[in-house]
Amino acid sequence: MIRLLNRLTDPETRHPFFDQLEKLVRNRTGLAGLIIITFFVFCAFFAPLISPHNPIENALYEQLKPPVWAPGGSAKNILGTDDLGRDILSRLIYGARVSLMVGVVSVGIAVLLGTFLGSIAGSLRGWPDNLIMRIMDIILAFPGILLAIVIVAYLGPGLKNAMIAIGVISIPHFARIVRASVMEEMEKDYVLAARAAGCRRRRILFNAVLPNCLAPIIVQASLGFGAAILDAAGLSFLGLGAQPPIPEWGAMIAMGRSMILRAWWVMTFPGIAILLGVLGFNLLGDGLRDAMDPRLRD
Amino acid sequence: MARQRGSKPARQTAAVFRVSGSPGQSIVSRELFGLPRLCVIGAMPERNCIAGVPMTGFIIRRSLLVIPTLLGVSIVVFLLLAVTPGDPAELLLGERATEQSLEAMREYLGLNEPLYVQYGLFLKRLVKFDLGETIWTRQRVSREIMERFPATIELSLAAMFLACLFGVTLGIVSAARQYSAFDYLSMVGSLVGVSMPVFWLGLVLILIFSIGLGWFPVSGRLSIGTDLTVITRFYVVDAIVTRNWKALWDVLHHLALPAMALSTIPMAIIARMTRSSMLEVMRQDYIKTARAKGLSEAKVIFKHALRNGLIPVITVIGLQFGVLLGGAILTETVFAWPGVGKWLYEGVTKRDYMVIQGGTMMVAAAFVLVNTIVDILYAVINPRISVK
Repeated sequence: MIRLLNRLTDPETRHPFFDQLEKLVRNRTGLAGLIIITFFVFCAFFAPLISPHNPIENALYEQLKPPVWAPGGSAKNILGTDDLGRDILSRLIYGARVSLMVGVVSVGIAVLLGTFLGSIAGSLRGWPDNLIMRIMDIILAFPGILLAIVIVAYLGPGLKNAMIAIGVISIPHFARIVRASVMEEMEKDYVLAARAAGCRRRRILFNAVLPNCLAPIIVQASLGFGAAILDAAGLSFLGLGAQPPIPEWGAMIAMGRSMILRAWWVMTFPGIAILLGVLGFNLLGDGLRDAMDPRLRD
Repeated sequence: MARQRGSKPARQTAAVFRVSGSPGQSIVSRELFGLPRLCVIGAMPERNCIAGVPMTGFIIRRSLLVIPTLLGVSIVVFLLLAVTPGDPAELLLGERATEQSLEAMREYLGLNEPLYVQYGLFLKRLVKFDLGETIWTRQRVSREIMERFPATIELSLAAMFLACLFGVTLGIVSAARQYSAFDYLSMVGSLVGVSMPVFWLGLVLILIFSIGLGWFPVSGRLSIGTDLTVITRFYVVDAIVTRNWKALWDVLHHLALPAMALSTIPMAIIARMTRSSMLEVMRQDYIKTARAKGLSEAKVIFKHALRNGLIPVITVIGLQFGVLLGGAILTETVFAWPGVGKWLYEGVTKRDYMVIQGGTMMVAAAFVLVNTIVDILYAVINPRISVK
């Protein structure tokens, strides 16, 4: 075990992943992002253990209790309760699960399809390139959130369709990045060497070129993750995403909106949770960009 | 040797080549639409490089590009309805439709014809600006949109004004005092700004400034008791033209909170962009020359650096304006602002597909037009691109 650890941390023999990780941790922005995200992932994984109450259980005698520090609040519900008496802190903790799932699924869709389409366009060039990139241009011709809303309007509201819609609107960003990187890498000597050695095009693309294009994809994935959480919250706020009683942050804000006069806490805390979560991924994305790919700095 | 996988030296040279060999700023311009609000990644598509092509040629080509883009948009809008399960005629007319009107609608849409004929009919109606009637109010969709677009544009312009004013100022000061506490705070602030859900910020603003302090109204464009002769539907313009100062005050009061909420994301992006662009310009030799000949720092910044530093910012401003037009949906819903966004959202909740179809088409068309204008404007403002 210790030998393995030594092997992993020794600068001479360790995998390049750890070089990147060290750079990321040394970069304050990236570290801050990493800490926030770790916190949310922790909440999501251990939600049943750390949340004080059941997030979807109504407690009709505990309706609209204020947070603990406000007059009338009790330590039983630290951040207060909503109009059905559900504990807000517990709902926030479980909400981390929903948001992370939204991020993973929609960014997953976008990365897979975007990388696939982008690498085809960048390596084949010619008409496939033209066809794919023009379709991507058309998706980009819509304001992102509008297209997501419209797709969900046709597919029907729900978390699943919201994730699909958000994934679809993010595909062009990945496709463009991958295409540009693939085109750049294809010019390099190692590709020529691989071709001279008799490698097939597909093998060159997947075994040699794509691994070298990973850095911008990872950076974009991190930023896209934050944007996906934000868009999903927006869709849920409009009633198009997560349906009750799923504890989703955007849906919680929508619920709190109607009782803004009586209970400010119902809509305030979910907003802070979204803000922190998205901030974490934006910080991580910025940090990753600085650590992995200095030329992409703005 | 696993460590060589990154092939670093080759990458560095490629980077130098790319930044100097092509209009580096358009990297920013392209990737900033829509989703990755902060990302300035990846290379631009070639059509953004207009190196060596004369300006008028570029303007014509770029303008003509609107046609295929709008055709593509119309195909998407058309297909969305066509692939939705169910009878499109019934979707468009709602559940209360009679068999007779359904039959008329099927005839109108050409549902008995193949798909491409249906699309042809759809396109023909679009060109005539015939977007159908809404299910609920039986109004012409095109008229409803025209009535509401000025409200959305007014809100977007007000938000853009705030975003530019504060964004550019923050960016300049941050660049002038790089690594100072101010720089740090404003950059962290701008990161928070892009991470904030706009609809939540809107509600918080209502909570603090309308309900708590009572400074601004909660929603709408005009108080019920205020008289205003509506001419252009831009209420600010109407109030000024009719010299109705009381109404102007009221209109501005209603405009303040939604504009503030809507302006956060573009403000943050503009601040970051201004800062990085100014820092890049300030490193150049001509700035050293200006300093060496003894100019004051203020003169160096405002007379020499700002002119070049703001060029990439202008693109971002333009693109963000397009994003605002679409992003107004959430803000308008929160503030009950009677614009296209709120109307479109109501169409979605009522499942009024005529509204969804027409509204999407029009907002996307506006977005495409704004982006085209920005691209052309950028080429006109930045002569360095066309010279290369």
